[in-house]
Amino acid sequence: MADPMNLDAVNVNHSHRFRKVLLEALAILMMLLVLSPFVVVLFNAGKTYDQITRNPAAPPTDITNLFDNVRQVFGDPTTDLLGAFADSLIITAVALVVIIFFSSMAAWVLVRNRSKFSKVSFMLFVAAMVIPFQVVMYPLVYFLKGIGDTLGIRMLGTIHGITFAYLGFGSSLSIFVFHGFIKGVPLALEESATIDGCSQPGIFFKIVMPLLTPTIMTVAILNGIWIWNDYLLPLLVVGGSQVQTIPLAVTAFAGAYVKKWNLLMTASLLAMLPIIVMFLFAQRYIIKGMVEGAIK
Amino acid sequence: MWDAVFLAPSLIALVMVVILPFFLGIFYSLTDWNGVRPVITYLGFENYKEMFSSVDFLYSFMITLLYTVINVVLVNVVAFLLALLVTSRVRGRNLYRAAFFVPNLIGGIILGYTWQFMFNVFITNLTAAGSLIASKDTVILGMSIVNTWQYAGYIMLIFVAGIQSTPLEVMEAATVDGASYFKRVTRILMPMIANAFTVSLFLTIVNSFKMFDLNVALTNGGPSARFMGQVVNSSQLLTLTIYNKSITTKELAKGQAMSVVLFVVLVVFSLIQVSLGKRREVEA
Repeated sequence: MADPMNLDAVNVNHSHRFRKVLLEALAILMMLLVLSPFVVVLFNAGKTYDQITRNPAAPPTDITNLFDNVRQVFGDPTTDLLGAFADSLIITAVALVVIIFFSSMAAWVLVRNRSKFSKVSFMLFVAAMVIPFQVVMYPLVYFLKGIGDTLGIRMLGTIHGITFAYLGFGSSLSIFVFHGFIKGVPLALEESATIDGCSQPGIFFKIVMPLLTPTIMTVAILNGIWIWNDYLLPLLVVGGSQVQTIPLAVTAFAGAYVKKWNLLMTASLLAMLPIIVMFLFAQRYIIKGMVEGAIK
Repeated sequence: MWDAVFLAPSLIALVMVVILPFFLGIFYSLTDWNGVRPVITYLGFENYKEMFSSVDFLYSFMITLLYTVINVVLVNVVAFLLALLVTSRVRGRNLYRAAFFVPNLIGGIILGYTWQFMFNVFITNLTAAGSLIASKDTVILGMSIVNTWQYAGYIMLIFVAGIQSTPLEVMEAATVDGASYFKRVTRILMPMIANAFTVSLFLTIVNSFKMFDLNVALTNGGPSARFMGQVVNSSQLLTLTIYNKSITTKELAKGQAMSVVLFVVLVVFSLIQVSLGKRREVEA
């Protein structure tokens, strides 16, 4: 392939090299600028309060300060950040499993079943994406409360309650993404299995679902990042109960330790760490998944 | 039979969690619902009338519009420039792409506290200038900067996908013709990825109108300002106004009316985006 930059004569080579160096310098500068808040958090999580007020830009000098801060943050009895980590992990994991199974099942039916009801249902899932959370949040909370009062199934302040809410809000985009992929799966595979006497669940779980693996990754990433970071839904559904998520715990912590920047930066660092570590390992999938979710 | 079993869990959840509360919500906006009293009185459009004469709401709506405009410009310009950078011949493109994307992974709450520190302690300490988010005149700009920092890396990916799907030959042919880099980008590349611009504009508009988490953690509406002879929260965007209306003053029905307005705004933008996408498909 011809290099479009070098099609001209050799005499422009010099200025091109200069331009390339300039481009590289610009890229590095931009990267430092974008990443600098993370460095600031890391630095100041490793300092005492006095060191921060004296010079917030100075690097930390003693690693034991970091351990001290971490001990104080995790040891705080009123906010229980460690418990929030566990709850966030459980809620995200359970909600992801539920969303992945139920939306892929539903999407498969919506593709293969060409009835009017199926078409209307799909439209309903897609249309629901436009509804902002603010319109439904309070009616939903009172509705969930009503289920607890009348049917005796407690939905507020429980893991199953918030999982159910996440299935409701997460199913639209997930079904949409699965739907787009399943449309391209050839029917012949499923038909031959039917002839072999395979039942419908058998066909889905043994034949269709394995084919969905890349799409499952996309759906898991889109929903996982949203649920892990979500604030308002957990605040309304599990806020003030025994169940707590990281964003809820960090807000409570920030309310209790106003301007205690060493502890706040440590709490922020701890809250960021899991998702950044995950990104380092699954970077390629995460970027791909986020783009697919946006463009569809 | 199995079809119903497979469809039921998602459909029941959607109807119970989104569809029913949505219609309930619209109905409540026409009443005096406060979440406590069991008897609800129908008021017609009373809440809406009051809302459009309420200084709080008008101010909040206005700054949400302002915030949206600033954001749409900042995010898209920065994202497009970053996209050009990471699709150029610079070494380590993938590293830069990943680095620019990282802020997107962190939730608005955590970022809000982090940037509170950046503005109020770090930057003020280094530059001796006042904090952007401490003054009513610059607080919206401050929020937009944080949002751009977080969101531009995501929008960048959409532009990158667009750029990578354009045939290289066209740009190369223009190079041979002696067109400058600026001309090649504005006259050839940008029209070719018009679809990516539609998607990005729509996403940024929706994202700006829905902004909540960062607003809560970064400013929580402050500092206060005067508007039409009344004290208002200078950075309280629409979603936070809805939240406060319901939580602090327990006027849930009035909050519902505001959220219906938010819904209408989002529907309008969605319809515009869908029709633009359709038109482009026909042209192509």
